[in-house]
Amino acid sequence: MTGTRRYGYDELRALMSRMTGDEKHGPAATSTLDVLWVLYDRILRVSPETVDDPARDRFLLSKGHGPMAYYAVLAAHGFLPEEWLTGFGAYDSPLGHHPDRTLVPGAEIGSGSLGHGLGLGVGSALGLRAQGLTGSRVWVLVGDAEMDEGSNHEAVQYAGAVGLEQLHVVAVDNGSATYPWRGGLASRFEAEGWSAVTVDGRDHQALHEAFTAPHPGRPHAVVARVESKDAAQAARATRIATGSGTAASTGTGTH
Amino acid sequence: MDTMRERFATVTTELLEDDPRLALVLAAISADLFKDAARAHPDRVIDVGIREQLLVGATGGLALTGLRPIAHTFASFLVERPFEQVKLDLGHQGVGAVLVSAAGSYDNAAGGRTHQAPGDVALLDTLDGWTVHVPGHPDEAEALLRHAAADGDRRVYVRLSNHANAEPLPGSPGRFQVVRDGRGAVVLAVGPMLDAVLRATADRDVTVLYASTVRPFDAATVRAAVNRSVRPDLVVVEPYLAGTSAPFAAEALAAFPHRVLALGTRREEFRHYGTWQEHVAGHGLDAPGLRGRIDAFLDA
Repeated sequence: MTGTRRYGYDELRALMSRMTGDEKHGPAATSTLDVLWVLYDRILRVSPETVDDPARDRFLLSKGHGPMAYYAVLAAHGFLPEEWLTGFGAYDSPLGHHPDRTLVPGAEIGSGSLGHGLGLGVGSALGLRAQGLTGSRVWVLVGDAEMDEGSNHEAVQYAGAVGLEQLHVVAVDNGSATYPWRGGLASRFEAEGWSAVTVDGRDHQALHEAFTAPHPGRPHAVVARVESKDAAQAARATRIATGSGTAASTGTGTH
Repeated sequence: MDTMRERFATVTTELLEDDPRLALVLAAISADLFKDAARAHPDRVIDVGIREQLLVGATGGLALTGLRPIAHTFASFLVERPFEQVKLDLGHQGVGAVLVSAAGSYDNAAGGRTHQAPGDVALLDTLDGWTVHVPGHPDEAEALLRHAAADGDRRVYVRLSNHANAEPLPGSPGRFQVVRDGRGAVVLAVGPMLDAVLRATADRDVTVLYASTVRPFDAATVRAAVNRSVRPDLVVVEPYLAGTSAPFAAEALAAFPHRVLALGTRREEFRHYGTWQEHVAGHGLDAPGLRGRIDAFLDA
């Protein structure tokens, strides 16, 4: 749509650095970076040319906080012009601190209030199935703290009960839930009949394998564990205090 | 005569047969009325169980894929409990749906406050772009449901009740009708309130307007009727929270001095059980109750 070149993974942080003003959600933004990259690079069958194709795969960013990595990945893949990134959060910018689907090309939902993406994802999977579009997949990205919201559990239990195979969840777990999920987040999905796997959320090959694991007759959840929010914040504070650049670490999973 | 809710089941079952774009989402309530439809269209008749956030969330998701979803349960669990889903999963996503409620204000009188939602229309008034139908008879409910199902991708609320007028008054959605022409003042009756309004004002020289679609508010018809009156007095009688339409009436009449009396169910919690007829009387919305308050207002 922009005619500009597409970017690679190594250039994402440069794209993200163009966005300022939402430092509060900094750790939330970088926790999703690798998951988003692998999804858009290797999993999702959607492109700027097919954003209106009824049979496209759907990616629903439920955890709308810290959308810098999301916008960077969308820009890297040509869904939106990279020039938009510098306006992030400004009055006339289409890119807010929480995404609005009516303003952001390629964004399937507007989000920010936690706990809405899974319900919308369930409905999307049901709608695709009802129209015979059984090859289309729905991916919903949630955060581990977002799973505190009760609305998610209505969706998880229902999707498991009816075996909603087209529905996928990737839960980015940076240990930010106020009360940790006893037994780990994956166990909550498994208990409701989902296929579930926990992987290193910075390991692209492991993520790819988890994302492509067969799960006949069941919805599928991937828990992607990344460094804890507190650790990420502490590291960031150190970088700022020591003036050691912004974000060079590739973080290999300190969980 | 069947109830509005039973008519909803009959009509929706038929519409699901005719229109492959329609889907019905339930949360246990009324599921027994849709057994045949669910058997015929298992992919488009969806019962999520007692999960009202998911009821509305899934409705938004269905709409995102291009379907025209109809979601149904009691008003308290359709509008109040999942209000943020109504606001965000429909409005903020920019998608449409038909929400069909039952038992809104006082139908479930013996059920008490937990099963009553007299504030439903007022809550929807805080949002953008909702059409609100308040049919006064099962035949009107059928016509408005058919209209809503075919109403593009608009967000439409259809408020069904056991409280109904004796006869239907067919009209075109969005236009208030002149039921009786008078000179003294104007009384606007919404949906099931018409019969009681006509009895309460039988011996007064007033214009009676009827609205089975209350949003959008037909300001032009109200303004014209009040303009024709000897005194610029308007009485609004609604079967839900008193005053819900008062801001719309004030806006319609803003160009000239006027008076508005807004009647509906009272705000104070009404801790009684019994029947819906007893509750209508308890809220002062039966003919004697209306007559006393309308007379006092117009004769002041």
